[in-house]
Amino acid sequence: MTPQFTGSDHYVATQDLKLAVNAALRLRRPLLVKGEPGTGKTMLAEEASAALGLPLLQWHVKSTTKAQQGLYEYDAVSRLRDSQLNDERVRDIHNYIVKGVLWQAFTADQPVALLIDEIDKADIEFPNDLLRELDRMEFYCYETRELVRARHRPLVFITSNNEKELPDAFLRRCFFHYIQFPDAETMRQIVAVHFPDLKDELLRAALQAFFDIRALPGLKKKPSTSELLDWLALLLAEDIPPEALHGADRQLSVPPLVGALLKNEQDIALFDKLVRMNQRHR
Amino acid sequence: MLIDFFYTLRAARLPVSVKEFLTLLECLQADVVGPHAEACTLDDFYFLARTALVKDEKHFDKFDRAFAAYFKGVQERADFRREIPADWLRQEFERLLSDERKANAPKLDWNELMETLKKRLEEQQERHAGGSKWIGTGGTSPFGHGGHNPQGVRIGGESEHRSAVKVWEQRVYRDYDDTQELGTRNLKMALRRLRKFAREGQALELDLPDTIRATAANAGYLDLRMVPERHNNVKVLLLMDVGGSMDDHVHRVAELFSAARGEFKHLEFYYFHNCVYDQLWRDNRRRYSEKFETWDVIRKYNQDYKLILVGDATMSPYEILQRHGSVEYDNPETGAEWLQRLTHAFPHCAWINPEPQGVWPYRQSVALIQQLMGQRMYPLTLQGLEQAMRALNK
Repeated sequence: MTPQFTGSDHYVATQDLKLAVNAALRLRRPLLVKGEPGTGKTMLAEEASAALGLPLLQWHVKSTTKAQQGLYEYDAVSRLRDSQLNDERVRDIHNYIVKGVLWQAFTADQPVALLIDEIDKADIEFPNDLLRELDRMEFYCYETRELVRARHRPLVFITSNNEKELPDAFLRRCFFHYIQFPDAETMRQIVAVHFPDLKDELLRAALQAFFDIRALPGLKKKPSTSELLDWLALLLAEDIPPEALHGADRQLSVPPLVGALLKNEQDIALFDKLVRMNQRHR
Repeated sequence: MLIDFFYTLRAARLPVSVKEFLTLLECLQADVVGPHAEACTLDDFYFLARTALVKDEKHFDKFDRAFAAYFKGVQERADFRREIPADWLRQEFERLLSDERKANAPKLDWNELMETLKKRLEEQQERHAGGSKWIGTGGTSPFGHGGHNPQGVRIGGESEHRSAVKVWEQRVYRDYDDTQELGTRNLKMALRRLRKFAREGQALELDLPDTIRATAANAGYLDLRMVPERHNNVKVLLLMDVGGSMDDHVHRVAELFSAARGEFKHLEFYYFHNCVYDQLWRDNRRRYSEKFETWDVIRKYNQDYKLILVGDATMSPYEILQRHGSVEYDNPETGAEWLQRLTHAFPHCAWINPEPQGVWPYRQSVALIQQLMGQRMYPLTLQGLEQAMRALNK
């Protein structure tokens, strides 16, 4: 029986997330994770692999990343130089094949987890170039004329911020999970996991202020879980009393250290304006 | 076997493929959810089905509705598999109906309509015409063609009175249309055709073939050769129509714009209204305070720029042909003259029209612009964009 993922000490997983991970784990198909920035997509791969006892290999994708780099690269320049120096190594082409993350994952002695982070940052053709690799878990190395096939199919996590749409053929090969923004109850659990000895009163006031800010219309970037956690850490470090978090009669007010929640000046300006309007209409 | 579930999802227009459905079955077989697993409620099955079948959160809502409908025991599909004999639909006469009878034609809402159609298909044995109940021609029955019913299903024949809710025989094509809808991705793929790579600038990449050749020529001593990296070298001047009749297309044009932005090295854009005159603007909110002379734009960008105009070309012909003909502006020179100037200054040009190509012949202004653009007007579809990009590359 394969092990099951049930969340971890540092990560609160909802039922649908657990099922998605377990389905991916059981069938060894990639799991595509989307969600607002800061809802813990990358964290999921780290925590799930730790909870399942799988070593995690990471591949952070950038706009210049090519699919081939994840498989292997042929270092022709050093071979050429070695041949000038009459190095013995030059006779074996294997010495000049630099293995990529996928190769390492496929040939590892034990099952591993693989994180392909922010796949949407890469070129539009990037996911298409990985179809066979992720589906059959094998690829062909032309230089050494060998077929690299996964000894154990790795558990693959792929995260996307939805900057580009992914091709259908790619989507069809994945399980998909959209990390919903947590509701107040789940959020309380998440905070409890990170700050086990936070005072109830402060937590209630902070969550109230946080969800109030999120509910404001027209924010460019709504604060997310990771911002809330940073903010709470700051509140604790500065030892701010819960009373400071809401105005005199529970009206909307500017909470202390709001810069940790709102990260661009338009949002802060908008927020200030709303607070001022609110006070005038009292 | 959940086959019906699969078809319920398909009927709800979810893009579910057979492969994904098989994956779901595989999951069930592997006991991810089921009587032997920890997760065994209907909720768990719902999550599993969603993670396996739906690959975009924008479809979640559709999925929820379809899922609810199926598991309430209701089948959203109606079974219309029986064929309707062609003979029933042969129109022999167009009956002249009194207005009163037309007004009294049985009106049914969508569900009633489908239910009734199903019943008729089961009951009807022969051809009918001119009646109010059976599938046939003429008459006021909601089913058939060539008749008068404010809300009916046209079966066969030509649309004559333009009030059918649903055109039976066109269902297939409508599905087609859906899949051809232009997403940002499709647009990008089409625009990509326009990309041209050129090597310019500093030597950055190792040129392996040339290095090997040079090394061989150098009697085996290494002689590294570098080449400049390839750059995307396409420059585009985009002029977009805003306001008025373009409001219907704003969304699609915005999508085109967002797709275009990433694809080119230089992309300059300006707005105009209906037709280009002597002034353009860049920010729609400040269009009256911040204007750019079209002459300056023509002088500023050289012939390397490819000119793309986006607009529905739907206006009064006077706006193109007459001086002072613009709807909102007193133009000293005609729009036609300005268009000619632009096409002359930028030989690589195309006009992209978001209106469906089918309506072009009915609009006089479209024909005029077509003529001014040298027939280089293309619809905003995948095929149209591809043609436009090919024309721009010539």
